[in-house]
Amino acid sequence: MSDHATALPDHADAVLIGATATRRRKRQRLESLRAFVLGAGFPLLLILIWDRAVAITGTRLIPSPYQVAVMMYDFTFGGVYDDAFSGTILTHVWKSMQRVYGGFFLAALIGIPLGMAIGRIKVMRQLLDPTISLLRPIPVTAWLPLSMIFFGLGPNAAIFLVFLGAFYPILLNTMFGVRSIDPKLFEAASMLGCSGSAMFRQIVLPASLPAIFSGLRIAHGFAWILIVVGEMTGVPTGLGSVVMDGRTLSRTDLVITGMVVIGACGFVTDRIIVAISNRLLSWSPQHRE
Amino acid sequence: MSKGQQDILNVRGVTKRFAVGDDEVEALAPVNLAIPKGEFVCLIGASGCGKSTLLRVIAGFEEPTTGGASISGKAIAGPGSDRGMVFQDYALFPWMTVRQNIGFGPRQRGWPRQEIDRTADEFLRMVGLERFADRYPNQLSGGMKQRVAIARVLANNADILLMDEPFGALDALTREQLQNELLQIWQRTGVTIIFVTHSVEEAVLLADRVLVMSAGPGRIESDVRIDLPRPRDVSSPEFNALRRDISRRLTSHLVKA
Repeated sequence: MSDHATALPDHADAVLIGATATRRRKRQRLESLRAFVLGAGFPLLLILIWDRAVAITGTRLIPSPYQVAVMMYDFTFGGVYDDAFSGTILTHVWKSMQRVYGGFFLAALIGIPLGMAIGRIKVMRQLLDPTISLLRPIPVTAWLPLSMIFFGLGPNAAIFLVFLGAFYPILLNTMFGVRSIDPKLFEAASMLGCSGSAMFRQIVLPASLPAIFSGLRIAHGFAWILIVVGEMTGVPTGLGSVVMDGRTLSRTDLVITGMVVIGACGFVTDRIIVAISNRLLSWSPQHRE
Repeated sequence: MSKGQQDILNVRGVTKRFAVGDDEVEALAPVNLAIPKGEFVCLIGASGCGKSTLLRVIAGFEEPTTGGASISGKAIAGPGSDRGMVFQDYALFPWMTVRQNIGFGPRQRGWPRQEIDRTADEFLRMVGLERFADRYPNQLSGGMKQRVAIARVLANNADILLMDEPFGALDALTREQLQNELLQIWQRTGVTIIFVTHSVEEAVLLADRVLVMSAGPGRIESDVRIDLPRPRDVSSPEFNALRRDISRRLTSHLVKA
């Protein structure tokens, strides 16, 4: 029982606490090391299986990891094949990023305020909710022909498709976040003299921020997924167009290289979003990762 | 027994009906009530007796079906900073630190920053949470959260504290401590308190006056003055006589219902 602990002199307590803290830190370090080994080990295992599978079957349709690595090197630094793709990685990444974030930020810019308005204002909900429910199930790819008519063959069609894919998760999560705010918070705010648009800024936005961020994160994933579709609309640069060109040229190593770069970009930027949301949501431990 | 003092709160003929499906439930029968400035009033009754509804009408969160209430002669038409509600589940803003929560009311009035911080710090000291000023509500115990909620309405300069079973979710020791602190704050600030509880002991310990409410529809059944000197001794015969008296009034209505 704790009787014994309280009977100990103060410095003994401190020593005890110090010892447990060291042990806890050690355990945490071990835990994060294990997470890293497991997290990085699994993809390495997959690459190994891929390599063995290609070697054993002797297929010529799928390149080995080594061939892809060579292509990746050439794509990044050039000097191996010296073709149209050598050393062009930054151009493609930059173009794709412009489209991904053009569409993504446009979706956030419209989705968050609209979601807050629909979540909070009944008339807005009655006016827009049925339309949104009707439009939402339409796959983004089905918009491809129309978007090419609206925006022509170019980056704008890609931005539009990314926007469409990112818009609904942001909108719906914001609506959900606003609707699930404890009504007592509004009562508390109004009795403390907060009303009107100040309520949106000071209560609705911060209270729904955890839900908004999970929407942004899902939307951000979709944005990177849709860049390939978006860049199928006939743009000359971008990671999606690299994949499509690789297909047309039957260069599977180029296709896989494009896929790997898209995956890496999505992974790194997702970590950035998680870091931002952890920072902004430090008050809400259940939303931390 | 208002000793010629100005009544700060007047409730006249307030009724409240709620629509429940196709039915209407009468939550409050006509309630009349006058509370002088600085009084500590406890509303007590079984659940469903309308005590919280009455409190929410006074807060301006609910509109009465008929009748009306006024604060210092001014009719209540919605929530206002002259009344501060302390909720059972605190209703603190979780994304704000303790200091920001307490400074929320002053901030709405567009006070200068130093003034807001000074006020927040003053009330942080009053509830003894200086060391926790920069914590978030999630990092506090229930008792600390309720202290923040009390400081938040006091910092907003509320004349009336409306407390809806504020200590109901706390453990016995913390509750006792907060009851004492609340009495000290009340004596120091002279604020008027309307305190909803379902604990007879809590009501007799805290209040100048206990209003016993009964259900079906909710009404004030008796109005008992507690004239015991403070600090009150819960084991004294006088205390227990009052406690028995109020318990009897409470249960007699339960039997009738």
